[in-house]
Amino acid sequence: MPVIDVRDLRKDYGAVRAVDGLSFHVEAGEVYALLGENGAGKSTAVEILEGHRSATSGSVEVLGVDPARAGREFRDRIGVVLQSSGVEAEFTVREVITLYGGCYRSPRPVDEVVGLVGLEEKVDERVGALSGGQRRRVDLALGIVGRPEVLFLDEPTTGFDPSARRQSWDLIEALGADGTTVLLTTHYLDEAEHLASRVGVLSRGKMIAEGTPEDLINRVSGTVVSFTLPDSVITIDAAAMFASIIGAEVRVSGRFVEANVDHPTEAVHRLTGWAIDARVELDSLSVGRASLEEVYLSLADSDRDDEEPTA
Amino acid sequence: MSGFPTSGRLLATQTRYQLVSFWRIPVAMFFTLGLPLIMLVLFNALFGNSTIVTPDGSWSSRQFYTGGLAAFTAASATFTNLANMVPIRRDEGVLKRWRGTPLPTWTYIGGFICSAIVIAFVGVTAMITLGVVAYDLDIELAKMPAAFVTFFIGVASFAALGMALASLVKSATSASAAANAIILPLAFVSNIFIQLDDAPRWIEVVGNLFPLRPFAEAFQACFTPFVEAPAFQWDKLAFIAAWGVVGLVVALRKFSWEPSGSAPRGRRARRTATT
Repeated sequence: MPVIDVRDLRKDYGAVRAVDGLSFHVEAGEVYALLGENGAGKSTAVEILEGHRSATSGSVEVLGVDPARAGREFRDRIGVVLQSSGVEAEFTVREVITLYGGCYRSPRPVDEVVGLVGLEEKVDERVGALSGGQRRRVDLALGIVGRPEVLFLDEPTTGFDPSARRQSWDLIEALGADGTTVLLTTHYLDEAEHLASRVGVLSRGKMIAEGTPEDLINRVSGTVVSFTLPDSVITIDAAAMFASIIGAEVRVSGRFVEANVDHPTEAVHRLTGWAIDARVELDSLSVGRASLEEVYLSLADSDRDDEEPTA
Repeated sequence: MSGFPTSGRLLATQTRYQLVSFWRIPVAMFFTLGLPLIMLVLFNALFGNSTIVTPDGSWSSRQFYTGGLAAFTAASATFTNLANMVPIRRDEGVLKRWRGTPLPTWTYIGGFICSAIVIAFVGVTAMITLGVVAYDLDIELAKMPAAFVTFFIGVASFAALGMALASLVKSATSASAAANAIILPLAFVSNIFIQLDDAPRWIEVVGNLFPLRPFAEAFQACFTPFVEAPAFQWDKLAFIAAWGVVGLVVALRKFSWEPSGSAPRGRRARRTATT
């Protein structure tokens, strides 16, 4: 039985449909990422799963119960790291972890929690004196203090510096390896790629793709050719011109040109042949495997083409 | 296999935690506990030698101020304090965070209210002590049961009204402003700062519509020489309690745990006076 089971979930705020027919499930021990832009409906979906909001329609089960009607037993088994919830700034890190831990049945000891989130050196400082990234780690600490079976992480590393981010990734991976089921939302593709066993891509409240990161990457043309636009070519002409040379759709942003190609050898041969004939140098020419970012962009593009937003 | 901490223990922990939080916010301490004491000293220095003549008898204005300002302190510590702090915690997202934990939500609110009552008790005790020591306030033991009952009915009702205001006004800055805009003008028409025997009729009417004047007068009655023990003012207490019930109903119906829109964190920086 899946730990999280969402079927045809809808949530309307007045005339705005924030979540529109979302279905997915997460198995025990899985790390599942909901990926999408701001406003895609990720946070709304997660807040419904946590029991903070009720669904307009559809069915939602977490650990076998409906979160909107669940009680204390349920909240003892989940951990929540919201995007927008503060911590009492007058208290020290140790005090808040003790205080919040005190309402769970078997809380983790404070020293273990601060060790896991890497706040050992700040444990006796007041929360108000911490940086934004450190406060986010306090959020994380309060999310795991109750030894949750399911952990909800709403954009857990937004605002982190790179090393804090790595550290949080290690923590989330360790929790996942330990059997904790993790549902995280993120708009960082590398985060989803790094952490998640499966990814659901959300756009305007709908799931537009789902699978392992590898599946999703394989779904778009797997190879990306990119280079810097030569000075001799005007930007506005570039997309059409290189599309005909390479034989694939080309994306141009600033002086950066890239294309997803099915047959990289042929594409590079045509491109370099053109460059030699035209006597131009293709700076930063590279051929690489597509990342989730390309997948995301191509999915979001096609979703936008399919259906122009009416709101 | 419950194994949760008992409700009593959680409530005690929450109360203690709210008291520590109050203790660490100097501005709240000053306005709730310090300022009424300063007012007592100032009013007595300025007007303390006059005699107030009422239909019941005459008394020294020194005695008048202590009882009224003690009631004002109790109302500040509950009504103004809760209407300030609860929306701040809501805007910070602290209320929402607690709601995601296994803590029963009533325990959180209960801790807030119990701490406010403890603060009110400390403030009133300090005020009465200062009155006895410095301003000839007479304590008659026979009237103390009435003083305690009046105190508890008053703080319970003003706490409920504070929660009602916190439920009706969503943002922390507006709630703080609204609380002060209500309590300060009311104090002027409620026999707290000024003895109102010769006041215009409409001021009498306004003062009697709201619970602060009955509360101040019921509390003053426990300390004035010409009111006989036991000094229970049951009609006034019933009126205060009725307001409290209205407050409770509004709070239960309208209370929200969600922050008011996109309020930034750290609203406390802009916290306005808790008079």
